[in-house]
Amino acid sequence: MSGRSSVARRDPPWFAGALIVLAVFYFVLVLFLPLVTVFLEALRKGFTEYRVSFDDPDAIAAIQLTLLVAVIAVPLNTVFGLAAAWAVAKFEFWGKSALVTLIDLPFSISPVISGLVFVLLYGANGWFGPFLDEHNIQVIFTVTGLVLATTLVTLPFVARELIPLMQAQGTDEEAAAATLGAGPWRTFFLVTLPNIRWALMYGVLLCTARAMGEFGAVAVVSGLIRGETATMPLYIEILYNEYNSVAAFAMASLLALFALITLAVKTALEAQFADELAAQRIR
Amino acid sequence: MLCRQTGPWTSRRAVLGAAAAGLAGCGERGPPATRLLNVSYDPTRELYEEINALFVEQWKQTHEGDLILEMSHGGSGRQARAVIDGLHADVVTLATPFDIDAIAQAGLTAPDWRSRLPNNSAPYTSTIVFVTRAGNPKAIRDWNDIARDGVSVITPNPKTSGGARWNYLAAWAFALRQPGGDEARARDFVRSLYRNVQVLDTGARGSMTTFAQRGIGDVLIAWENEAHLGLDEFGAVNLEIIYPSMSIVAEPAVAKVDANTARRGTDDLADAYLRFLYDPSAQDVAARRHFRPSDAQILAQHRSEFPDLAMITVDGVFGGWAEAHRIHFADGGVFDQISAERGQ
Amino acid sequence: MSVVARRPWRLVEPSALPGFGPALGFTLAYLSFFVLLPLTALVLRPWEAGFDHFWRVMTDDRTVDALRLSFGASFVAACINLVFGTIVAWVLVRYEFPGRRLLDAFVDLPFALPTAVAGISLAAIYAPNGVIGALFDPHGIQIAYTPLGVMIALVFVGFPFIVRSIQPVLEDLDVEAEEAAATLGAGRFKTIVQVVAPAILPAMLAGFSLSFARAVGEYGSVIFIAGNIPNVSEIAPLLIVIRLEEFDYAGAAGVGLVMLAISFVLLLFLNALQGVVGRRGKA
Repeated sequence: MSGRSSVARRDPPWFAGALIVLAVFYFVLVLFLPLVTVFLEALRKGFTEYRVSFDDPDAIAAIQLTLLVAVIAVPLNTVFGLAAAWAVAKFEFWGKSALVTLIDLPFSISPVISGLVFVLLYGANGWFGPFLDEHNIQVIFTVTGLVLATTLVTLPFVARELIPLMQAQGTDEEAAAATLGAGPWRTFFLVTLPNIRWALMYGVLLCTARAMGEFGAVAVVSGLIRGETATMPLYIEILYNEYNSVAAFAMASLLALFALITLAVKTALEAQFADELAAQRIR
Repeated sequence: MLCRQTGPWTSRRAVLGAAAAGLAGCGERGPPATRLLNVSYDPTRELYEEINALFVEQWKQTHEGDLILEMSHGGSGRQARAVIDGLHADVVTLATPFDIDAIAQAGLTAPDWRSRLPNNSAPYTSTIVFVTRAGNPKAIRDWNDIARDGVSVITPNPKTSGGARWNYLAAWAFALRQPGGDEARARDFVRSLYRNVQVLDTGARGSMTTFAQRGIGDVLIAWENEAHLGLDEFGAVNLEIIYPSMSIVAEPAVAKVDANTARRGTDDLADAYLRFLYDPSAQDVAARRHFRPSDAQILAQHRSEFPDLAMITVDGVFGGWAEAHRIHFADGGVFDQISAERGQ
Repeated sequence: MSVVARRPWRLVEPSALPGFGPALGFTLAYLSFFVLLPLTALVLRPWEAGFDHFWRVMTDDRTVDALRLSFGASFVAACINLVFGTIVAWVLVRYEFPGRRLLDAFVDLPFALPTAVAGISLAAIYAPNGVIGALFDPHGIQIAYTPLGVMIALVFVGFPFIVRSIQPVLEDLDVEAEEAAATLGAGRFKTIVQVVAPAILPAMLAGFSLSFARAVGEYGSVIFIAGNIPNVSEIAPLLIVIRLEEFDYAGAAGVGLVMLAISFVLLLFLNALQGVVGRRGKA
């Protein structure tokens, strides 16, 4: 922060001005315009039309389904993130860096591939297809399939927030607690959790945002049954294909609103707990 | 969607029920309502919304409880793949007989499905027409006009869209039927046509959106019913339908998915539903939605809305769908070859 | 639990903290189910129709063109973001101006906004009758439904990575180095080029890699704005979906596997480059 005041760092005003204008222009073009367009298109035929598009039971079902998938996938990945961060950050063991790479891997996989792999495994022509079929179990084209694909796509989010922070914090406090006779759960809840709660919230937030907005992976494993396996992003595509542009953008505006809330909460978290968050690797 | 008639709570229960069933690792549905899943292709959304409402009304007169007709729409090829991969469709109503053949080949329905219902299991047919901008500024009258240089064409991808395959085959048949036409000339003609294609969407709906809403292209090759829907949706002042000199009898087909209905206990319901598609009331809906009804009487009532034009059939020109698919659309087929030539 | 003592090399370093076994066990089981098993299917299934089939799919013009478009457009988009992302990071860290905090918060918008929402919005903006498309259309330049449109979508999704990589480094940059350079009479531009640039170069490369990797796999925001014409504007993830729709599981998995392999090699290369540049920056 001190950098802004240093004399040596003072750029010529015209130079600073030009860069600021350029940066603002880029922001408007690349970020603000798409965001504003979502709301403008949604309200193009007036507020009533916008409002009415949410009365459709299929729209309500899509919102509920999206929340349901997030409510299952996010806690799964949160527990995983805590376990993985505990193992990676607090202990030294052979093969640790490989494990970290594996945790990061879903970030560099195309969402489409994340959906595809589950079709390859659990689809009727997948490895386990015949077995599942015999036992009358369906995975792909059901909510289970949506949850699997969403979980894979959002798997690293919580772990990635926690690992660097917990590594930076070291093991002293927990070791002290353990020496004083605190049980493992007590140590975790009274010592570790308070130290990481903001990063944890941040990770859960990002994970939730991504889980609700996932498109490519769920598109591959959803049967696109309206009111049953169409999540909000998929329902947006369905509406878009029905020439129902207003309803599509109305649904999109809900997700955009959620994105804005995510950004606001994130900014608030960062402002209050800058130190804690600064310790982590920022993406 | 029939959820509309049964209210939001049913559909919420449906979601939660499906979730509970899914999580319990169990394919059965919880709630007592009877369910039937119709997996269909893109342009039938409005058609089945109306027909389903009629069917539920009729069904409720003789049955207790709720009937929920579920719909899934998408490119025809995609939908067939989903059913083969385990989507629990009770009936499929797809864009081409080939897509249902693929389902039959996977052992999910009887190989003779086409003879189980009247009119080759096609309760309604359609044909392929052109949509141009109002006033037809590029003076498009026939197939050879859309293969000219400087005409930008919108049509979906024949690899994923059933409608696109009818478009392709109609163009091929047209070139074949021209004086001096042979396979080589037809190939050249279709190649120059696809060279004009600016956007190749995965389904007929995407193409209509691209053409009408996004304003791309001079001409859209479309289902007759989809063309009319486009005019209703985007205004007859903006678009114009052009009937070429010759087109194709496009037979979207319907079938029961035997393996699924047996498991789900929906055998009779699926049969009743498919038979209902031939009922005069359903046929009338089809006609009003610009599908050509198979019922002669209903067709006569709507005669003026369906212009006569010369129409070839796939069986007549291409020796059936299996053959047409093998030569044109299969991996490494003619369509792949001309696409590759375009890329160079 | 155990007393710390000198012991020979072992798989796990001893620790006073509890819970290593359960935490690592759960992590491994979870990763096996959600990452390893699915990826095994991706690696093994392309070969089930024989090596010849795999080779034909991979050398098919359409596959090659789709891969070229995905990687090429991602590269160009990452380059554009590298330039503007660096400017934005510089402006956000070095200058004080009204709205700076707001811009800072909005950098993460592409993380939070679902890709399908971005896709339909960008398509509406850049279509010939859209806000920006209409400016270019009269000059015969078409953006939406061409490879140019693909690139625009990829610029959007890749934007935050570069800014967020450079920002912390720029903030931590030693004031003294710049002051020293200024004291020694170096002009402001010379200082920036000779002092600042080498310091942030590794971060720029890291951001570039992340932005590039994310763009290569992107699906949701691209398919609405790409023309999806084979050999011209069809991206690799879409080709995977199309192969799947054609019942060609081996082909779909094959394209996915090759995408993953190329990404992996490129990222290894970029990481190595980062290491080299990083060392040189410090020397």
